[in-house]
Amino acid sequence: MNANDANMRIEKLIKKINKIAEELGRQVRLMEVCGTHTQAISRFGIREILPKNIKLITGPGCPVCVTAQRDIDAIINLALAGIPVATYGDMLRVPGYFGSLDQAREKGAQVFDVYSVADALELQKKVPEIVFFGLGFETTTPMTAWGIKNGLAVYSAHKVFLPAMEALLNMGEIKIDGFIDPGHVSAIIGVKPYDKLKVSQVITGFEMEDVLEGILLLLIQIKNKDLTVINQYSRIVKNGGNEKIRKIIAEVFEITDGDWRGFGVIPKSGLKIKDKYKQFDAKVKYKKILDKIDFSKSHDPVGCKCGDVIRGLMESKKCPLFGRLCTPDNSVGPCMVSVEGACNVSFRYK
Amino acid sequence: MCLAFPGKIKKINGQNATVDFDGIEKEINISLLSDTKKGEFVIVHAGFAIEKVDQNYASDVDKLLK
Repeated sequence: MNANDANMRIEKLIKKINKIAEELGRQVRLMEVCGTHTQAISRFGIREILPKNIKLITGPGCPVCVTAQRDIDAIINLALAGIPVATYGDMLRVPGYFGSLDQAREKGAQVFDVYSVADALELQKKVPEIVFFGLGFETTTPMTAWGIKNGLAVYSAHKVFLPAMEALLNMGEIKIDGFIDPGHVSAIIGVKPYDKLKVSQVITGFEMEDVLEGILLLLIQIKNKDLTVINQYSRIVKNGGNEKIRKIIAEVFEITDGDWRGFGVIPKSGLKIKDKYKQFDAKVKYKKILDKIDFSKSHDPVGCKCGDVIRGLMESKKCPLFGRLCTPDNSVGPCMVSVEGACNVSFRYK
Repeated sequence: MCLAFPGKIKKINGQNATVDFDGIEKEINISLLSDTKKGEFVIVHAGFAIEKVDQNYASDVDKLLK
């Protein structure tokens, strides 16, 4: 498809979206729950081109943002106690009560920024005691599982994504007419697990046309009161997901309760390293250090509304700290630190 | 960390492959996928390929736009 055809198609999609939105004749709230969608929607200016009654809300799709303050404080304390720590770049700047991993490094702790678990495993050859801080959903868990199988020690803050969507619906704080499901989490878990949410949903890709097609399909579903899942992203997402990857995860991890920023503990949403691999579980290996940490101050930074932003209750720009006391260079909370965080994205595309 | 990119497999070396992302080549771990072949497109997440891209895909939405 040449650029002209693509533009014409985008025009047609927008026209059709406008038509369905008018037929709906009420405010419709769609939530996207994937950091890459948050970025794509802002980068393509999709909020601005949608009809006024179609509202896009950002949900808990940023892995760094939803990582609990308690886990961040735990890993910083391990680093300060002399245990070398490696993790993904964005996490280094997230402030905990005991500072950030970056600040721990300034105090002499060994902290390494890696792009991939494979890099952490490579680093282990030089730094044998290294602990990888594993976080994120079904899209990053398989790599951590691969690392553990290859002998990498891990502190797991990994999470299962679907329970957070269920929690949002059950909490009832916000009305959600439809979800734009996370594209690459879906590549792993497949289409079927979303059925139990009993709400209109679309799995969509990340190009401008993908997102617009997804929104159009979702609006048609909402108009027809169709509470199922449509897969617009079938070039990547297979109905059954990726079984091989799910097997790797299940071999290494078991489901436990998960602690989320903005939610607190969500039952059966966390991933714990199985006993079979406990020699690589930093929570077992360094239990003595972890047990001594005073977590009584491990809550959101004062004034930070990241928890409300994650649950879609507050737009980033409405936070009193946004753009003044809290910027990407000087972040108060993780939603401004991470490039997938709602506040960071809002700041960059303001 | 959760950002994914599509790339084309140029060369397979055991559990790694050289993947071309619009002219930039990187070594990517392909051990999470089965039967990956040279010339296939894959979606890459944090240094690992997590799924193949179906090149024969055609959008179903076109019929809604007529």
